[in-house]
Amino acid sequence: MSLHFILVLAFLLFGIGTLGLLIRKNIFVLFMCLELMLSSVSLILVAFSSYNNSLDGALFVFFLITLAAAEVAIGLAIVVRLFRLRKSIKSDAFNHLQF
Amino acid sequence: MRDFLFYVCALLSIGSALGVILSKNTVNSAMYLILCFLGLAGLFALLEAYFLAILQVLVYAGAIMVLFLFIIMILDVDTPRPEETKTLQKKPTLLKGLLGLGLVSGLICFLYKGIRNLPYVDLLSAPAPELPIAFSSTLKALGTLLFTKYLLVLELAGLLLLMVMLGAIALSKPLTEKPKKSL
Repeated sequence: MSLHFILVLAFLLFGIGTLGLLIRKNIFVLFMCLELMLSSVSLILVAFSSYNNSLDGALFVFFLITLAAAEVAIGLAIVVRLFRLRKSIKSDAFNHLQF
Repeated sequence: MRDFLFYVCALLSIGSALGVILSKNTVNSAMYLILCFLGLAGLFALLEAYFLAILQVLVYAGAIMVLFLFIIMILDVDTPRPEETKTLQKKPTLLKGLLGLGLVSGLICFLYKGIRNLPYVDLLSAPAPELPIAFSSTLKALGTLLFTKYLLVLELAGLLLLMVMLGAIALSKPLTEKPKKSL
């Protein structure tokens, strides 16, 4: 298990998340892709923390998980609000600011 | 054995990540994402970050995904709504997919340039430099660092969670029909 494999794996996960953000319209799937990208970054942080024999990266992941929980709570509240407003969860329906 | 487990966890997370973006049903996507987080937790455990592996399962796969599933099922998103299909315009998904593939391949070239010069090391058997607080799997080391070097960040994280709670309450109040005042 080398650092290269983990970097490539985290990169593939990040790429899948990016691809999902571009090709899907369901706003929940978009949100889940964001979570996927965030987790791939935390995998890189843990791997480099182990590589450098330092605990700082692992602790950063601890705070990252806190941040993800906060982000999901607020984001889902916003999604519920938007759903009440537009009666749809497709990202195309949220075009208030579009010309 | 460890390498075998690493490959199993890697394949599990990659496969279920593909399942997240390809499955048509939103609840299935959420289930695949839980599987992906379990694979990532396995990778954390293989990297000897046991506490983070437990945290990944408890917070991510437990709390966050349960919240997701609650909201998905409350809003009943997979029932087709006739009024929304006619208002949506068709956008070329193929173009967006090609754009995404181009972006990802560009990122992969970037990654290749980055890791080409890294020395090939096995993470678990490499000789480690001496540091005051080394990477260790004990909770004691993590807690010591959390309450000394990162005490301010810990307090700020607590404040962040409080603000999030207030914000979620404020956002989820029912929409009231008040006469609008012009600005």
